[in-house]
Amino acid sequence: MTTLTRKDFSSDQEVRWCPGCGDYAILATMQRTLPALGIPKENIVFVSGIGCAARFPYYMNTYGFHTIHGRAPTIATGLKITRPELSVWIATGDGDALSIGANHLLHVLRRNVDVKILLFNNEIYGLTKGQYSPTSEKGKITKTSPAGSRDNPINPLAFALTAGATFVARCIDTDAKNLQAVITAAAQHKGAAIIEILQNCNIFNDGAFAEFADKAVRNERVRYLQDTDHDTTNFDAAYLLSQHAYPEHAVPMGILYQAETPTYDATFSSQSEKSGDLKDLLRKGYVWEIK
Amino acid sequence: MKKTINILFAGDSGDGMQVTGMQFTNTAAIFGHDVQSLPDFPAEIRAPAGTLPGVSGMQITFSENTIHAPADTLDVLIAMNPAALIVNLPNLKPNGIIILNEDSFKAKDLQKARLDSHPLEDGKLQGYQTFPIPLTQLTLNAIGEHGLTHSQAGRSKNMFALGLVYWLFDKTYDETVNWLENKYQQQAALVQANQAALKAGYNFALTSELFAEQYPLAKAKLPPGTYRQINGNEAFALAFAAVAHQSQQKVLVSGYPITPASTVLHDAAQLAAHNVDVFQAEDEIAAMGATIGAAYGGSLAMTVTSGPGLDLKGEGIGLAVMTELPMVIIDVQRAGPSTGMPTKPEQTDLLQAIFGRHGECPLPVLAPKSAGDCFNMLLEASQIAINYMTPVIILSDSYLATGAEPWRLPDVATLPILKPNFAKNIPDFKPYQRDENLARPWAVPGTAGLEHRIGGLEKEKETGDVCYDPQNHADMVALRAKKIEHVARDYAPLSILGEGEADVLVIGWGSTHGAILTAAQQLQAAGSAVHYLHLRHLFPLHNDLGDVLTGYKKVVVAELNQGQLTWLLRAKYLKDVQCISKVSGKPFLVSELVEKIKAQCHDNINA
Repeated sequence: MTTLTRKDFSSDQEVRWCPGCGDYAILATMQRTLPALGIPKENIVFVSGIGCAARFPYYMNTYGFHTIHGRAPTIATGLKITRPELSVWIATGDGDALSIGANHLLHVLRRNVDVKILLFNNEIYGLTKGQYSPTSEKGKITKTSPAGSRDNPINPLAFALTAGATFVARCIDTDAKNLQAVITAAAQHKGAAIIEILQNCNIFNDGAFAEFADKAVRNERVRYLQDTDHDTTNFDAAYLLSQHAYPEHAVPMGILYQAETPTYDATFSSQSEKSGDLKDLLRKGYVWEIK
Repeated sequence: MKKTINILFAGDSGDGMQVTGMQFTNTAAIFGHDVQSLPDFPAEIRAPAGTLPGVSGMQITFSENTIHAPADTLDVLIAMNPAALIVNLPNLKPNGIIILNEDSFKAKDLQKARLDSHPLEDGKLQGYQTFPIPLTQLTLNAIGEHGLTHSQAGRSKNMFALGLVYWLFDKTYDETVNWLENKYQQQAALVQANQAALKAGYNFALTSELFAEQYPLAKAKLPPGTYRQINGNEAFALAFAAVAHQSQQKVLVSGYPITPASTVLHDAAQLAAHNVDVFQAEDEIAAMGATIGAAYGGSLAMTVTSGPGLDLKGEGIGLAVMTELPMVIIDVQRAGPSTGMPTKPEQTDLLQAIFGRHGECPLPVLAPKSAGDCFNMLLEASQIAINYMTPVIILSDSYLATGAEPWRLPDVATLPILKPNFAKNIPDFKPYQRDENLARPWAVPGTAGLEHRIGGLEKEKETGDVCYDPQNHADMVALRAKKIEHVARDYAPLSILGEGEADVLVIGWGSTHGAILTAAQQLQAAGSAVHYLHLRHLFPLHNDLGDVLTGYKKVVVAELNQGQLTWLLRAKYLKDVQCISKVSGKPFLVSELVEKIKAQCHDNINA
């Protein structure tokens, strides 16, 4: 097999995110990471919902399906059930995944469908031009919350852990090295993997994570879990870490939790290996002859 | 007695009336009668025992003629309690037979049914042949030695009643004896007790000379073949297996439990060995999403729902139309709006199925005419879906879902072959290039060299790239519409029932077929010049339909809504089509159709 390169994963479509958007960095890292994974390009599918992040599949030269708001997990589930051999990725944002799609996100995680979820979290609605999102901090002033939002934010990592995700991680958009390592681990994981990627929206929520994610301060204010003695099989420890926030704590980055449990799609494929006789099925129960 | 009998077993929802009715149906069918059975049950799992809302019934019409619909009025009513008697008495014919369980006509039973006086004493049952029988006590006497509890034993009274009725209609109880063996194989006491009750009921009727005579019927002249009883929901499930078999592909059936569609999922869940997988989603939206995902992955994908579920599926269906993926959406219609009457039939989702999505979003809409036709229609819908790369909606309803009829088993060798045409090795591949049907290629993930992106955004012709060009959008809207119009080219010719010339055409669709056909036949037999046309394809309509309509002075559509097909026909053909509408949660009665057709068409029929 010929070795693939980043270029092989770049589609012919012009990338149309705002200049300076964190999505560019994530796209570049993904295109750089995939060749090393050894998955045939035709077996990779990116499924997305609606939002800025959801444009991601257009820019990947793989199979891609830009679907409807919040429903990418459902479409990915249907695809993965019928085609377990595919490597299925979901590109989603905080609005897509945690507002309209939160129910589906919960179910794809608790079922442990073998899909990889890239949750682009910029704590704002970008595509609809700047309303607060389910991860925006309480009191956030936006176009729909001029007096500050009344909503408490969702913690995506805690949500994923309690939903039953078997791989939970966090990365920063511009931290290519860590992101690449985590994407690689997620790709190799058997089961539902979710990566929260803190992603800067330089138009509507610029600098949301700057105080700990900026390169200048990152090393002191972020805790890279792979460099610590954190046990990724320890759920309680992972949950505790999910609550750690700056400035009280260093912000955890990398894999918080990973568990091996059977995947949902594998149980489906094993159900269909028998072959019943259609004639017998039609004749099942009471039948009678009329001559 | 006459050649068609209509009988109703009615009691509490815990009295086993559905089981009793099904047993009678099967036995009548095995005896060679044509049969239509129709359960009528409350939406509550268990309404309070003995009360009017708790009455559950199973009606069976059986005949020595071919029948297409249950009869309108009852010949025999078996009432297990006063509530069952009072609720159903209005449907009983003068001089009809009432068999009632005397043991449950005590003061407290009458009170639960809100009766001030005893119906056996207050004259309410005058003009009927009433047989009060202590069914509970006779049952207890018959099965005393089988070691059941008092209440378990009492529950076997439904079998005692069934035995009585078997004798009355000169049937044997052998099939039910066998069925009991299979049903309760692990519980010998239950088998013996129920068999004893059944036989005791039969022998009681035989020896007590209770009934003056038996009412044997001759066999109906049904086409030769192997038959089984089937209702519409069972037929859909069998058809999933047939689609998997005829396409050599996996079928994924996604759904979320909803009355009256759920039993399709139950039956489909038994078909893993036939390449049918069931995905029970977290909601209707997810069921639709999984269907789309499975179709995208190259599976023949189906979803099953009822009205409120179709509402939720709307956005997903729009995506499926936009991305041109093949799938079948079954809507087992129920009375609405909103939660409506979940166990009652209506045909009120027609316009929703055709138009209920934003944007110009055309897709084929089909409706089966009988329980057995649900099987054929799913195969036909699957063929349309893959030939034209489109979602297809099938409109069944709760009447077809639960009503059973004898179904002649199809010869598997004659079922249509379904050939999903998966794209591969296409040089210069474009995801929205078109074939002669205007369908785009089914290029599924995993196919090397055909990597592409699809989605809900408007796309440039052929390349499928996102495109906001105004002319391109206009062209794509027209193209998607034209593709669906092409589906009508494959329809079987319209079949108009009726001899000679007529000025009046009656049109129907869906589950009302049997009632309208019977009404039309009665009118024709009485010398009225009336023709009948049943439409299986509601969108696009048949290419010949316009010409057909022009040939009649008067066209009447009979439908269980406020005139949805009527609207469509008037709009499309500018013909002054009239409507016989019924929206009561009840199917048409043949007699009411006959009267209404006469009333609407009196100037045009020579009756």
